[in-house]
Amino acid sequence: MSLDLPATLSGASGCRTAPVLKERGQREVFCGLTGIIWLHRKMQDAFFLVVGSRTCAHLLQAAAGVMIFAEPRFGTAILEEKDLAGLADANAELDREVARLLSRRPDIKQLFLVGSCPSEVIKLDLARAAERLSGLHAPHVRVYNYSGSGIETTFTQGEDACLAAMVPTLAGTTARELLVVGALPDVVEDQCLALLAALGIGPVRMLPARRSADLPAVGANTVFALVQPFLGDTHAALTRRGARHLAAPFPFGEQGTTAWLRAIATEFGISDDVFDRVTAAPRARALKAIAAQSVELQGKSVFFFPDSQLEIPLARFLARECGMTPIEVGTPYLHDALHGPDLDLLPSGPTISEGQDVEKQLDRQRAARPDLTICGLGLANPLEAQGFTTKWAIELVFTPVHFYEQAGDLAGLFSRPLRRKALLQAGAQA
Amino acid sequence: MKLTLWTYEGPPHVGAMRVATGMKGLHYVLHAPQGDTYADLLFTMIERRNHRPPVTYTTFQARDLGGDTANLFKDAARDAYARFQPEAMIVGASCTAELIQDDPGGLTEALGLPIPVIPLDLPSYQRKENFGADETFHQIVRHLAKPMPRTEAISCNILGATALGFRHRDDVAEVTRLLALMGISVNVAAPLNARPSDIARMGQAHFNVLLYPETGEGAARQLERTCGQPWTKIVPIGVGATRDFLHEVAAITGLSAAVDESALRLPWWSASVDSTYLTGKRVFIFGDATHAIAAARIAATEIGFTVVGMGCFNREFARPMRAAAKAHGVEALITDDYLEVEAEIERLQPELILGTQMERHIGKRLGIPCAVISSPVHVQDFPARYSPQMGFEGANVIFDTWIHPLVMGLEEHLLTMFREDFEFHDAAGASHHGAKAVARAEPVEAGVLHHRTPAEYLDKDEAAAVAVAVLGAPVWADAAERELKKIPFFVRGKAKRNTEKYAADRGVTEISVDTLYEAKAHYAR
Repeated sequence: MSLDLPATLSGASGCRTAPVLKERGQREVFCGLTGIIWLHRKMQDAFFLVVGSRTCAHLLQAAAGVMIFAEPRFGTAILEEKDLAGLADANAELDREVARLLSRRPDIKQLFLVGSCPSEVIKLDLARAAERLSGLHAPHVRVYNYSGSGIETTFTQGEDACLAAMVPTLAGTTARELLVVGALPDVVEDQCLALLAALGIGPVRMLPARRSADLPAVGANTVFALVQPFLGDTHAALTRRGARHLAAPFPFGEQGTTAWLRAIATEFGISDDVFDRVTAAPRARALKAIAAQSVELQGKSVFFFPDSQLEIPLARFLARECGMTPIEVGTPYLHDALHGPDLDLLPSGPTISEGQDVEKQLDRQRAARPDLTICGLGLANPLEAQGFTTKWAIELVFTPVHFYEQAGDLAGLFSRPLRRKALLQAGAQA
Repeated sequence: MKLTLWTYEGPPHVGAMRVATGMKGLHYVLHAPQGDTYADLLFTMIERRNHRPPVTYTTFQARDLGGDTANLFKDAARDAYARFQPEAMIVGASCTAELIQDDPGGLTEALGLPIPVIPLDLPSYQRKENFGADETFHQIVRHLAKPMPRTEAISCNILGATALGFRHRDDVAEVTRLLALMGISVNVAAPLNARPSDIARMGQAHFNVLLYPETGEGAARQLERTCGQPWTKIVPIGVGATRDFLHEVAAITGLSAAVDESALRLPWWSASVDSTYLTGKRVFIFGDATHAIAAARIAATEIGFTVVGMGCFNREFARPMRAAAKAHGVEALITDDYLEVEAEIERLQPELILGTQMERHIGKRLGIPCAVISSPVHVQDFPARYSPQMGFEGANVIFDTWIHPLVMGLEEHLLTMFREDFEFHDAAGASHHGAKAVARAEPVEAGVLHHRTPAEYLDKDEAAAVAVAVLGAPVWADAAERELKKIPFFVRGKAKRNTEKYAADRGVTEISVDTLYEAKAHYAR
């Protein structure tokens, strides 16, 4: 395989100007509270306290699976009848529970009060509570607030809301620095930093940081690159602080990673020679791994139900690097400044849909009979039982999939269900 | 407010979902915000259902709160009827919709649908999942079941089995078989697999068998009031309880309780000499009250354990639980806070825990064997094979399940004999649990004994790796060593071996980060 760069933005063949099918109706998605599951692993001295109902606690339990038993740093302050009757004492109740929690976990330096549907509906002012509690527990603990409620956020937007809440509190700086934004698995974050260091770009700051002491500063000379496509509010908050966004496709697959790195390299005036020398070996590895893992994907069609906003960059990866044909690419939310560069590279053809009416979308999926359907766990087994091959989408958020060394694994996540179907059919005929 | 991490029960609308999903031809329209559809996963994943739960969620968002949420609900109910054509519908609100005070019952009534529409009032901030299931089934029965002439032959209804119930599928089959041995046919088993039209003919049974008081007692009392049907009070879990249940049914029907017990093996298995070592083993029991009380009786009188503690998470059944605990000479633990359960287990240091998924993890943490006897449970406790808890086959299943986590009798004897042996010692654990014996000299990492070794950890490259070690293994550069440590522990060993083999094959003497990833790419297939 050659190492030629992908064709740069060529609007003619892309999906950026394609009409978007906007739908409203019943949605089969997670709420933003689920972001806590990976955020609490990333931020090692943070605790996430949801103020909500038994439903919220039950959701986190269902989503966290066995993690719930590893002494996780999250919990739910469950609202009771008496909290609903008089709001004045909801604040006193919250203060008491927080004090008890912080005395039990003295290692906590950041506390997030996470709003939920019930707390938003009864207009419980968690922002003010966070300010009050910050005062009470300063300087040891900083208390933030964001909402992960289903009425306001979908799945990965919970991370967006969390990071956006932190941005106004970050220290100011005039240094010209690169800020990489979005929670990544540690091993992937290290690969990202190693690549940037090899290119001669530094210092590089991360948001979120692993510990509160490492939080980045931000100012008019900060440029930032996003590693996740669902960070619209964080993008806006950083822009308000004077930072400038480096628009780029997201670092999925060899092409995505190369284009992402190139946008940064260009900004920092890195020569093509240096760029090629640093990226040649990992690019070759990525291409080799993708080739091995994507054999089953060539020429197959794929249908995305909306889930995490990763759908558009992933469809771009599957179409351009694995030879798949997207039929419909559903996303819970479309953000032109974030998704644009990937839409440019996504070959025209698929329906781009935003929002959901799940019954109508299932009708479309049934009619299209895709070879592979990317969907949530509430739909996967029912669709499998109807003879469709599915890949459950949530894994794409929890698994290391970014950058060169994970490109083969990423293709493998999609090819495994097809390979398995073939194996089982072969077994059935034997 | 109450700080909660793990909850034994979901909110009451999840109980209503368990009834709706268990039934056929019934649809649930639930006024709920976007995100509440997470509960679908419990059914499609944990229970492995091959269809979506028959639930339409309104999934309102913030922008809908301006006042058209009532219309949203009406549209959702109308669309659900048009699309699914159910025989009956249940309607209600989740915790958030309870706060916005639309009236699902009134709104649906205004639509004038040509089917029964049953409104549910489930107080989310006071009650929990089991109440939700019990109340929903109760309301369905109240709306649909009518007094009818009895069937000619003696028949009964079986009450309480739901979707996501612990072993409900096979319990219903086993109890149906038991009743058939007595000459009794089943009129309707509900909610599981029943249709609203089946509920309407429940009145023709002679009596009701209540399998699960937690989810069926409301309906049993309702049917007693309206259809004059007596209901059974004994739950047939364990040999003794099953025989008592048969006598109870005999008293209701006038039939003989003498049935064929030739497939019952627990009594002999328990009497055989290999089971002698079980005598007096200290057991702690926790779960829903019905399963915990039944388990205590089996433990004490059918296997010969000593019950050192017992309790339940559902306060509704605190009274019978306290009485049962007293009979075993212990104080009942009534709590829905798993930290209290953990503290009690830590204090008592039992040799076996019988509990829920949560106690399984507590056991893992404390290094105490555990078997699961009650919801909430995870995917492995919705097994493919036939595995009831009730009746005679249930007793066989229970014996195997509880004994399996313990070291087998002879093995325990040998371990005791060679207690100080450096390789063959107690900390090595049960041989059939895949725990790797660790030589005494080495410190044992906490919890390692109870982690299964993933199969991929041991592969045919083992021999190759050993060969490499002998021939002088390549040296790891510091950066590569650090990179290796970032790989999850359960595949790290394999990655290390593969990389070393890859390096050795190519004559590489120092392994760099690049070598590690070259090898990863090489072995990617």
